[in-house]
Amino acid sequence: MKQLQLLMGMPITVEVVDPSVTEADIEKVFAYFRAVDDIFSTYKKHSEISKINRGELCAEEYSDEMKTILALSEQTKQETQGYFDIQHNGIADPSGIVKGWAIFQAATMLKKAGCTNFYIDAGGDIQVSGKKDGNPWRIGIRNPFNRKEIVKVLAVMDKGIATSGTAIRGQHIYDPHLLHTPLQDIVSLTIIGPNVYEADRFATASFAMGKRGINFIEQLPGFEGYMIDASARATFTSGFERYVL
Amino acid sequence: MKKTIVSLVIIGTFIIYSIIHAHSGLAVVVPNTSVGSRSSSSSGTTPSSTETPGAPVTPNAIATPGSRYKDGSYTGSVDDAQWGFVQVKAVITNGKITNVQFLQYPNDRNRSIDINSYADPQLSSEAIQAQSANVDIVTGATDSSEAFIQSLSDALSQARA
Repeated sequence: MKQLQLLMGMPITVEVVDPSVTEADIEKVFAYFRAVDDIFSTYKKHSEISKINRGELCAEEYSDEMKTILALSEQTKQETQGYFDIQHNGIADPSGIVKGWAIFQAATMLKKAGCTNFYIDAGGDIQVSGKKDGNPWRIGIRNPFNRKEIVKVLAVMDKGIATSGTAIRGQHIYDPHLLHTPLQDIVSLTIIGPNVYEADRFATASFAMGKRGINFIEQLPGFEGYMIDASARATFTSGFERYVL
Repeated sequence: MKKTIVSLVIIGTFIIYSIIHAHSGLAVVVPNTSVGSRSSSSSGTTPSSTETPGAPVTPNAIATPGSRYKDGSYTGSVDDAQWGFVQVKAVITNGKITNVQFLQYPNDRNRSIDINSYADPQLSSEAIQAQSANVDIVTGATDSSEAFIQSLSDALSQARA
């Protein structure tokens, strides 16, 4: 059973291949994402995060979900040398951590409902569980220069995959001071981690590190990364090829 | 960082070695020494970096009375320190080592690259290439055009209400 809905400004897909799954199980997942969006969307005037940013709530009034996310954000900030920071110009925007966390919570809900073989994909950040038809799930890394293309095919089970990047910048951008040298900026960084929460938060932080980001991932036990730069070259970590189909 | 540590260790080792040596009564750096025990007798116990006597670059070196070294500048041999080559120049003034200059030490231009590649991340690199295989799911940065479409459709749905 596979369903897609547009939520939180992105397409969210849930596919469960266990025959025991019911439509209600999947609907619960989408209802959960809507609830998360109601709390954390900075685009919604009446969301809790918007109220906090307007100074309308004091810390004691925060929901448990908000307290959890703020604590996880602070922890991530410390683990990434400050590269992950939800504070920008005095406004808190925890969307860099909420998505991965919400997908992970939704996956936990499906497991509690008895599902073992499924994936949840929210805007390209994915939690996979078990297998599909006896084989690992096949995940393609999108070409940042041509969104119709796949540049790598991964075979994964029980992992989280997340990609940070800029899809609109391409190799046609050059540094005016170095006209003949292609920009070495990073356009896409895909992380495979123990779960999507971990993969997502470290993808966000290491993307912000620029070229050093892939070195940061190399040093992180249990994580692999595939970085694509503006000259269409990929740099990947030592254990990455284990997942390449 | 590692290079700095390696360099400091070498410099430190040499200085300690020089101090020990200065007190041991052996003059291995200076060839044809006329003072103290013969330098060749020390070859069995001295590290390779000073084993080979360097040629004195200052001719007519004058022996200071009572000292173990002749004044002058002495360039040591080039020695393999396993992770790179070391070569030093010792300056003797008034029979004492007054300066030790490193003419060569391991850096990124030579074999220290080996040790660095062991210690540093083992990253690989390739040109990206389109794949034809079928996939179940696609990971990629959330497309701004996707977000634009979503935002627009959201705005339009509000406009409808």
